[in-house]
Amino acid sequence: MSEIRLTDVAMRYRTRKAMVQALDRISLTVPDGQFACIVGPSGCGKSTLLMIAAGLVQPTEGEVLVDGKATSQAGADRGMVFQSYSLYPWLSVRRNIEFGLEVKHTAKPERQRLSAELIRLMKLDGFADAFPKALSGGMKQRVAIARALANDPQVLLMDEPFGALDALTRQIMQELLTDLWQRYRKTVLFVTHDIDEAIFLGDVIYVMTARPGRMRTTLRVDIARPRTFDTLKTPEFSNLRNQVVGIIHEESMKAVESELARA
Amino acid sequence: MSERVPAAQTASASARTVKRRRRGVLRTYLTPKQAIPRQARLVLGIGSFVVILAVWQWAAGVLDNPLFLPTPVRVGNAWVTAIQQRHFIGDVGWSAFRIIAGFLIAAVMAVPLGLLMGSFEIVRAFFQPPINFIRYMPASAFIPLLILTIGLGENEKLTIIWIGVFFQLVLMVMDIAHRVPEEMLNVAYTLGASRWTVFYKVFLPATFPEIVDALRITMGWAWTYLIVAEIVAAERGIGSFILISERFLRSDAIIAAIITIGFLGLITDNVIAAIHRWAFPYVEKVHA
Repeated sequence: MSEIRLTDVAMRYRTRKAMVQALDRISLTVPDGQFACIVGPSGCGKSTLLMIAAGLVQPTEGEVLVDGKATSQAGADRGMVFQSYSLYPWLSVRRNIEFGLEVKHTAKPERQRLSAELIRLMKLDGFADAFPKALSGGMKQRVAIARALANDPQVLLMDEPFGALDALTRQIMQELLTDLWQRYRKTVLFVTHDIDEAIFLGDVIYVMTARPGRMRTTLRVDIARPRTFDTLKTPEFSNLRNQVVGIIHEESMKAVESELARA
Repeated sequence: MSERVPAAQTASASARTVKRRRRGVLRTYLTPKQAIPRQARLVLGIGSFVVILAVWQWAAGVLDNPLFLPTPVRVGNAWVTAIQQRHFIGDVGWSAFRIIAGFLIAAVMAVPLGLLMGSFEIVRAFFQPPINFIRYMPASAFIPLLILTIGLGENEKLTIIWIGVFFQLVLMVMDIAHRVPEEMLNVAYTLGASRWTVFYKVFLPATFPEIVDALRITMGWAWTYLIVAEIVAAERGIGSFILISERFLRSDAIIAAIITIGFLGLITDNVIAAIHRWAFPYVEKVHA
């Protein structure tokens, strides 16, 4: 069992001018082994929500529970992958992947076995001893995902991990991630602004409203797995896509209007 | 950098090609930010020194006043003589010792404090205002005061270097520490690292390459303060050599000493740059 639950999470902060309500009482539960995606217009606080889930930001109200237990700070139970890769440039690919294991004082043979397996799985063969500077963006993100997986977290949190990649690389990374998920069946909470990505990867899509961020709707993605490139061409895919695009568009317009109203 | 060979250069030989080739060459050299061939860079680099020496030799010939402007040859001779008289080597040794000692003391104090200031708001809020204030005071202005209070000995020289280096270096290191991306630390927390582990396994290594760069830059400033201190009051050292040469109206020896300092600076700079390349092979760009 590895379930993550957010209960009535709210986030407010004070700027010089006013009180800003960034997130308004959000509750969601990602059950064991589910791939959940959060989409929403930009600035809706979806990244903040993920930071809260990771324990890197404390919410003003509400709680984060992993397997029913309240958490107060970040820990190895919730692995995180950022858009900016955030690899450690002074460590080789192998040592980057082994970082969490080193922190846990895992024995060296076990560490090497795990990192070797992930290097093969992530198609990083031949780059084990390379420094991150030698890698392309897609490869860097594969190392970052491997680093999170090596630690075997209960929940994997991903904050627009493919946002900085070009369209072709992104598609390949999505296919790789969906394969990985089939293999490991991790509980995943995945934030993105790319609707196709959310549908392609997710079991469930949470659509957020414009600021203050609330949960607008939850959509189930009933598209059979394993999903491949051809999934993108199915009518179910485009139906769902149109539905989500409609909602997001509406919310984005609201966001623009409220910005205009403030100005 | 790959050198772009204009397509025209490979075309068949004809009257038109010659004209186009010339345009091609112009295009290579006069396009903004366009890389030029390696040999050309080398020739230009050496050429600039040749031009400087030639203009100097010519001007010295026209002026014909060795006190005002000695010829390069004369300066070269003065340099050789200075080295032959072991005194000058001793002076260089004294200056080098002071630089290394003073700089090390300043660095050993500035780097930890700068790191703390860059990572803890509480330390920064306390130390930054006075350091910011003091760093605008020229180190050389403290020389008379230090002579009065701690005398003419080595302590005075080391203190001057310390004042000149410490306050600048602290702020540079603080900035470096402050720029460590927060996400790098956050990733470590989500991998189960404690705050202490994050500090020594992520934060510290993330700052090292830039700290060495900062040391390289401030090392150059240390030379300036040292020479000033030695000119004001010292029995040995390159600065005192310059002062004594002035009393004997030896412009050539003064210039030889200044050029020596230039070389010493160049050597230390290259040594630190080499250490940088060796210790931090993972850094994307080394601006040596």
